[in-house]
Amino acid sequence: MPITITMPALSPTMTEGKLAIWHVKEGDTVSSGDVLAEIETDKATMEVEAVDEGTVGKILIEAGTDNVQVNDPIAYLLEEGEDESALENMSAAPAASKPETAAEAKAEVEASAPAASNTPAPAAPKSGDGGRIFSSPLARRIAADAGVSIGDIMGTGPHGRVIRADVDAFIAGGGKSAAPSEAPKAASAASAPAAAAAPVGTTPPHEGEREEIPLTGMRKTIAKRLTEAKQTIPHFYLTIECELDNLLAMRKELNSRSDDYKISVNDFIIRASALALKKLPAANAIWGGDKILQYKDIDISVAVAIDGGLITPVVKNADKRGLADISEDMKTLAGKARDGKLMPEEYQGGCFSISNLGMFGIKEFSAVINPPQSAILAVGAGEQRPIVKDGELTVATMMSVTLSCDHRVIDGALGAELLKYFKGYIEEPLTMML
Amino acid sequence: MSDQNFDLVVIGSGPGGYVAAIRAAQLGLKSAVIEREHLGGICLNWGCIPTKALLRTADIYRNIQHAAGYGIKVDGASVDLEATVKRSRQVAAQLSGGVSGLLKKNKVTVLEGHGKLAGKGKVAVEKDGKNTTISAKHIILATGARARTLPGMEPDGKFIWSYKEALVPDTTPKRLLVVGSGAIGIEFASFFNALGSDVTVVEVMDRVLPVEDKDISDFAEKSFKKQGMTIKKGTTVEGLKRSANHVTATFKDAKGKTSTGDYDRVIMAVGIVGNVENIGLEGTKIKVDRTHIEVDEFSRTGEEGVYAIGDLTGPPWLAHKASHEAVICVEKLAGVKDVHPLEVQNIPGCTYCHPQVASVGLTEAAAKEKGYKLKVGRFPFIGNGKAIALGEPEGLIKTIFDEKTGELLGAHMIGAEVTELIQGYGIAKTLETTELELMHTVFPHPTLSEMMHESVLDAYGKVIHM
Repeated sequence: MPITITMPALSPTMTEGKLAIWHVKEGDTVSSGDVLAEIETDKATMEVEAVDEGTVGKILIEAGTDNVQVNDPIAYLLEEGEDESALENMSAAPAASKPETAAEAKAEVEASAPAASNTPAPAAPKSGDGGRIFSSPLARRIAADAGVSIGDIMGTGPHGRVIRADVDAFIAGGGKSAAPSEAPKAASAASAPAAAAAPVGTTPPHEGEREEIPLTGMRKTIAKRLTEAKQTIPHFYLTIECELDNLLAMRKELNSRSDDYKISVNDFIIRASALALKKLPAANAIWGGDKILQYKDIDISVAVAIDGGLITPVVKNADKRGLADISEDMKTLAGKARDGKLMPEEYQGGCFSISNLGMFGIKEFSAVINPPQSAILAVGAGEQRPIVKDGELTVATMMSVTLSCDHRVIDGALGAELLKYFKGYIEEPLTMML
Repeated sequence: MSDQNFDLVVIGSGPGGYVAAIRAAQLGLKSAVIEREHLGGICLNWGCIPTKALLRTADIYRNIQHAAGYGIKVDGASVDLEATVKRSRQVAAQLSGGVSGLLKKNKVTVLEGHGKLAGKGKVAVEKDGKNTTISAKHIILATGARARTLPGMEPDGKFIWSYKEALVPDTTPKRLLVVGSGAIGIEFASFFNALGSDVTVVEVMDRVLPVEDKDISDFAEKSFKKQGMTIKKGTTVEGLKRSANHVTATFKDAKGKTSTGDYDRVIMAVGIVGNVENIGLEGTKIKVDRTHIEVDEFSRTGEEGVYAIGDLTGPPWLAHKASHEAVICVEKLAGVKDVHPLEVQNIPGCTYCHPQVASVGLTEAAAKEKGYKLKVGRFPFIGNGKAIALGEPEGLIKTIFDEKTGELLGAHMIGAEVTELIQGYGIAKTLETTELELMHTVFPHPTLSEMMHESVLDAYGKVIHM
C-alpha cells in the first residue's frame, strides 16, 4: 500500500503552514533523507525529508498552497513493486481530518438538497480569512433577509456563536454590534457598515500603476503581532545616554588576544541587558491577563533583519554566559535566521528584546514591543559627541538607547532602574565580568 | 457545631438548591446546603417523582385492562393501593438517598435545620430550638413553594387533601373532586380516574390545563371526558361543607348558576405560594411580589450577595427551571465567563396525565398576541405507524412558526410519550433552528418522533402522511 506523506508540524503549536516548494515531481525516485519539499510557517522555512524509499506516486497539494493543515496528506509514495493503480484506493481516505472541508461539504448538502422549501437555507458562512463563522440558522436567516453579512456581527452565544439576539442588535444599532465581545474574533468588523458589500481589502487606496505583493507568512505575523502590540500594550519610553569609550577599549583589548572570537558591541549589550534584568527580576516578566508571569531564566531576543522581514532568535540564559559564548551563539543564530533555518525553539520565548539600528547610523529610535514580551531596548549608533564632564566640555563616544516598556508589567521607576543598571555595565564593562 | 465560613450557603435542597451547591463545589467554592426536612425537596419527596411512580401504576393497570386487545388474557387484575403508595415512597426515598450521596461526593456540607438570613453574609440555622450562625460570601435562597390554600377550604388531611395527602391516600375515593386543572390537579385526577374513582375536575378558567395551547386543552378535555371524568369549566367552588363521611361542594358557573355535589375526598390544587416567610427577608432590600422574590436574569435579589432561585422566584414553577437557574446563578457569582441567562421560552413543560401533555415556547394565541404572522402545523397520532402499533392512536402534535423568519415559536403535544419527545423541539429552539433544519432532520422510522417531522412539514403544506 502506498505511503502517505503528511504535512509535518514544525513546532508543537503549529496547526497549518504553507507548502512552499516541491523538490520532487510525480514519478521521481526518492530515498530516505532526500528533500521532498519546503514548508513555510510564519517564522521559518523547513525542509521535508523522505523517511522511506519509493517513487513519488501523486502530489496532492500543489506548491504555493497556503494554510495546509498539519497531518493532512500532501503526497503518496509508491513502494517498490507498486504502480499507480495502487493509488486508486487512496483517494477516498484523506481530507476527513480537515474541519473546513467538512463544513463545505455540509454547506453543499444544504444547497443541493431537494427543494424542501422555496427558499434555500443560507449556507454556513465563512469569515473573510476562510474560517467558519459559527451562527445559528435563525441568525443567518434574519441576517440574510436584512441584507446583513453575518461575518460583520459579533457573536455572543456559546463559543462566540452569532445568535438571533446579536443580529437583532446589529440591525437595531444600524450596523454595529452592541456588546463588546470578549473574543476579539470580529472586533475589526465592529465598525464596518452593514451596507459595505465589497470587502474592504479589495478596495485600492488610490489608482495608479502598482504591483500586488502577496503576503508571506512572516509578513502576516509581523502585521498581526505588532498591530496587536501597539493596540493592546500600553507602551511608554525611556531614553538614556551611555558612554562607550571604556567598552570600546575593552573590546579592542579582548579581540586582540585571540582570533577565536570577535566580540561585537552588541554582544556587550546583550550581556549588559541580561545582567540588569538579573538585578531586577520584576522586569523579567510578562503580562498574563489576570496575572504577571515572572521568569527565572533570562533569555534575550535579538532582532535580526532578514530577507522579507525580521526575526528574533533568542540568546538563552544570557546572564550566565561569557561574552565569547554569547558572541558565538549570536553568530550561529543570525546565520540560521538569514537562511530561514531557525528552529521554533530558537526564536520562541524570551521576555526582553534588543533591536539595534546603530549600524545604519540611526541615533535613537523607539521600538514596538514584541508580544508577549514586556520590554524592548532600541539601540542607536555609537558616535563621538561633545559632552560636559566635570564642568568641562569634552568629546566622548556616546550611544543612546530607548527602552519601550509595557506599563502593565513595568512601571516608570522600574524601567528607569533597569536602564541605570544597564548604563552602569556599559560604562564600566569590567563589572560585567564579575 | 462551631461557627463556620463558606463561600456559598444554599437554603433549601430541592432541585434548585442541591444543584446550586454541587455546581459551586465543582467550581471550587466551599459550599453548604441547609435542609429542614428531606434532601431533594418537594420535587423528589412530595412532587414530581412520587407522582410519576403512582402514575406508572395507573399506566400499567390501564394496559392490563386493555390486555385482551393485545392478545393477552388477564383475569381479575386489581390495584393494591397500599403497595402502590409504598412503591412511590420507596422511589422517593431512593432518590433522596442519591442526592445525599451526590452532595457527599462533591464535599458539600449538609446542615439540618431551618435556615434564614441573619444579617450581611450570615445565615442562622435553627435545629431543635438551637441556633447556629454560619457565614457565607454568597447566599442562595431556594426554599421553594407550597400549595396555595383558599379560605374555608384548607386541607384537613382527612377529606380535603393537598398534594401531600393525595400522595399517600388511605383509600381510593369513590367520588373525588379535584379543584384546579393545572398540572398537579390533572395528574391526580388522571391517577384516581385510572384506579376507578368517579372524578370531577373543576376549573375556574374556560378550559383545562389553561397554560397549554387551546387545541391541546380541548383535545385533553375530550379525552378526559371519554375516560369518564366530569369537567366543570368556568366554575368556581363557593364552599366545601364537611359532613360525617363526605364533603358537599357548592359550585358557581360562569352564568352565576349555583349547584352542589357530594364527594368522598377533595384535592385542592389551586396553585402554589412561595415560601418567603421566616427566612429573614425583613429589613433587607429583597423585594417580594405576591409571595415570590423578585430577581434579575442572574437570580440576584436587591440585597448584595443574596440570590433566589426556583419556585421561590417567578414562573414557570418547574424543577428543571430551578436546576438550570441554579447553575447559571452559581457560575455567574463564581465569575465563570460567558454565562447566559435562562431563556424562558425554551423551558419545556410536561404533564403526566393520560394522555401525556408536553409543550415548549409560545401558544398559538400568545404568538398571535405578540404580532407574529404564523405558520401552524398539526399532525395526529392516528397518522403514525408506531402509534397505531402501540395501540396509542390518540394524540396531536402542533408546531408554530414565525412565517417571516421560520423561527420555531412553539410546539405543543398531547399523546403517548410526548413528555420524552418534547426535548427534540427544546434543542431545536435553543439552537435557533428554522423550519428548514427541522425538515432536513432525518427522524427514524418507525417512531413517534416522525410526527414531530410531519407536523413541521404540515406547517409548510408539505405533509406526507395525512
